[in-house]
Amino acid sequence: MFYREAGDFSTSYKEDSQTFPIRFDRYRYYVVLVVAFLVVPFVITDYWANAVFVPFLIYAIAAIGLNILTGYCGQVSLGTGGFMAVGAYAVYKLMTGFPDVSIVIHIIGAGFITAGVCILFGLPSLRIKGFYLAVATLAAQFFLVWLFNRVAWFYNYSASGQINAPEREVLGIVVTGPNTEAWAQYMISLVFVTACALLARNLTRGKLGRQWMSIRDMDIAAEIIGVNPLSAKLSAFAISGFFIGISGALFFAVYLGAVEVGEAFGINKSFLVLFMIIIGGLGSIFGSFAGAAFLVLMPVLLKNILVGQFGWATDLAVHIEFIIVGALIVIFLIIEPHGLAQLWRLAKEKLRLWPFPH
Amino acid sequence: MKLKLVTMALATALTAGSAVAQELVLPWMSYRTGPYAVGGIPLADGYTDYFTLLNERDGGINGVPVRLVNCETGYNTEKGVECYESTKGEGALVYQPLSTGITYQLIPKATADGIPIHSMGYGRTSAANGKVFKNVFNYPTNYWQAASVAVNYLLDENGGDLSGKTIALVYHNSAYGKEPIRTLEELSKKHGFNLSLLAVDHPGQEQKSQWLQIRRERPDYVLMWGWGVMNQVAIQEAANIRFPMENFIGVWWSGAEADVIPAGDAANGYKALAMNGVGTNFPIFDDIQKYVVDRGLAAGAGDQIGTVLYNRTIYAAFLAAEAIKTAMEIHGTKDITPEMMRDGMEALNITEAKMAAAGMPGFGPEFQVSCENHGGPGLGAVQQWDASTGTWSLITDFMEPDSEVINALIEEDSMAYAAENNIELRCN
Repeated sequence: MFYREAGDFSTSYKEDSQTFPIRFDRYRYYVVLVVAFLVVPFVITDYWANAVFVPFLIYAIAAIGLNILTGYCGQVSLGTGGFMAVGAYAVYKLMTGFPDVSIVIHIIGAGFITAGVCILFGLPSLRIKGFYLAVATLAAQFFLVWLFNRVAWFYNYSASGQINAPEREVLGIVVTGPNTEAWAQYMISLVFVTACALLARNLTRGKLGRQWMSIRDMDIAAEIIGVNPLSAKLSAFAISGFFIGISGALFFAVYLGAVEVGEAFGINKSFLVLFMIIIGGLGSIFGSFAGAAFLVLMPVLLKNILVGQFGWATDLAVHIEFIIVGALIVIFLIIEPHGLAQLWRLAKEKLRLWPFPH
Repeated sequence: MKLKLVTMALATALTAGSAVAQELVLPWMSYRTGPYAVGGIPLADGYTDYFTLLNERDGGINGVPVRLVNCETGYNTEKGVECYESTKGEGALVYQPLSTGITYQLIPKATADGIPIHSMGYGRTSAANGKVFKNVFNYPTNYWQAASVAVNYLLDENGGDLSGKTIALVYHNSAYGKEPIRTLEELSKKHGFNLSLLAVDHPGQEQKSQWLQIRRERPDYVLMWGWGVMNQVAIQEAANIRFPMENFIGVWWSGAEADVIPAGDAANGYKALAMNGVGTNFPIFDDIQKYVVDRGLAAGAGDQIGTVLYNRTIYAAFLAAEAIKTAMEIHGTKDITPEMMRDGMEALNITEAKMAAAGMPGFGPEFQVSCENHGGPGLGAVQQWDASTGTWSLITDFMEPDSEVINALIEEDSMAYAAENNIELRCN
């Protein structure tokens, strides 16, 4: 009834291979975009931007990045926090070094720098895989955090080792620093998320994505049919690093404004992003969003219910929150080991068959 | 779709409105969870109990009740941002972030929103320069002054000469722990001692290698900038290598009961800096017993009363209450705004009479805040742990730091901040 291929005829190859081949799905996607771009910016408040939307969007970029590497190419990485730190410090050095250049270029530049660092730490993946690779990327995590703590050049020799985002504008609108309006903060994150998601979605549908997936499914077979593991693996590291770098740059410049590397980009961050893609669904762009939403929104929601509505003590609420979020993760993964994205897929399948499921 | 559902649910959860009656809203960023809870719990209890006492005994401050808004940060900056955004709309008068990382985060934000921050003995030291930092206060003292007080104390111990001695600094590898380094470097040049720096990474449970190095290098004195679980581990490790405890001095965040008790008798003689009185030998504790504890209103488990960190936030709460009174006086109204609160903090004058009136005679030094100086005089004392009686006691008077060195550093750092952020100097 709602979700049907029936009556939706493709008359060109382009139409046939579009991202959302089903009309209903396509309209839903347009509606989400319209709401995100034209409705939310007018109603957003400081609290909604800082506690909900901006972290959600930024984590979504990081999750997309890690999903490309782990979900699509099958290379487990525990270095996400460290790579986000590279993005953050790169954008800081660029912002303070070239104050006249647009921040958008700086953020993209931070993405490229992180891509370079990621390739470097991706080199071991040519010889090792699985848990062994996870350990190698874990080393990257600790090394990078140590580096940014140790070498004063990265934080411009400030007394405390903190980096602070100076005020920067895009088209005359302040997007970083304390005087940023909530909507501006939201819009810059949204533009980057949309661009990254489109890019990622189309990369994973194309030749490169198929190479990655063949490496993930069986690397020897992939090599035999002519996939070059060197270029496939390193391109996955580079592109994943690009996205993670952008998210790290936004995380520092737009969201937090001041960052201390050990605290903001520690090993916890790596695990958080990894959990996002596991809960959301490996190898799915939608899953990256769903996982980020789940892990960013759930604690805020629970906190507001437990403390705001029920008036519980804050520490009790935090502990209960840990239990509930943990339990939900376990339950979700028992019900659907392939994550929220698979639930979504099943729901769509059911819709397609409805009302005659047999 | 899923997102929209969650957002809707969230929106309903957020609509818990607050009453509009006249009240003083004070947010409290607590951390009763996480690796720093050992410090966060007594801090939260002290602050809460003081205002409960004022509400119960006097009906608030000048008759206006105080409403504390608790928000759990877990010492995490992201949660700190969430807490700030969720509480600032309620009319928050002053933020006490109780974390140097969160303070750094909030300095620009709160300045833009016009809400004052009081980071008492932590946070950004150069915020003491009121010409640059309009909304940030760190009276009565700060890290650089702490470092200088510690060095002055050691100078006294050594007859005014530290040349050739070695002082090791064991510090939390974060903005907090790095704060004193610059001061100590300056002082080491001035007094000719060698400075050795040993970083401990968050959360600080692993310090074997640092203490091995201390054992090898045998510094004459060890200073510590630690917090949370790091303190207990460091004191235990120092005991393990039999480092003489009387040569081991912690900053005021590294000198609480919870830090020394785990090491037992071995911690006897450990010293720490102090910015306020210790023990329960003050009239205010009788009132807390009568109006708060006996009525079953004590915050938390009620087992922290009189501990070092509990007293610290009793002091913080007292300073906040005095600033509110000052603000009410200046503006002649009982309904004060954050802007008025800021004026009150800037005009704050703490006298012995005020402390005695609050039931805390001699609890801290007398001081006065001014437009230029948001940092107070920076007096600090040294306290020492007696393991047999399980008490801390002050072993010195409140001592002066080396203002010549510190003021130059504050001037330099705050001016750099002003230049970076295009801040116009005030107080001209």
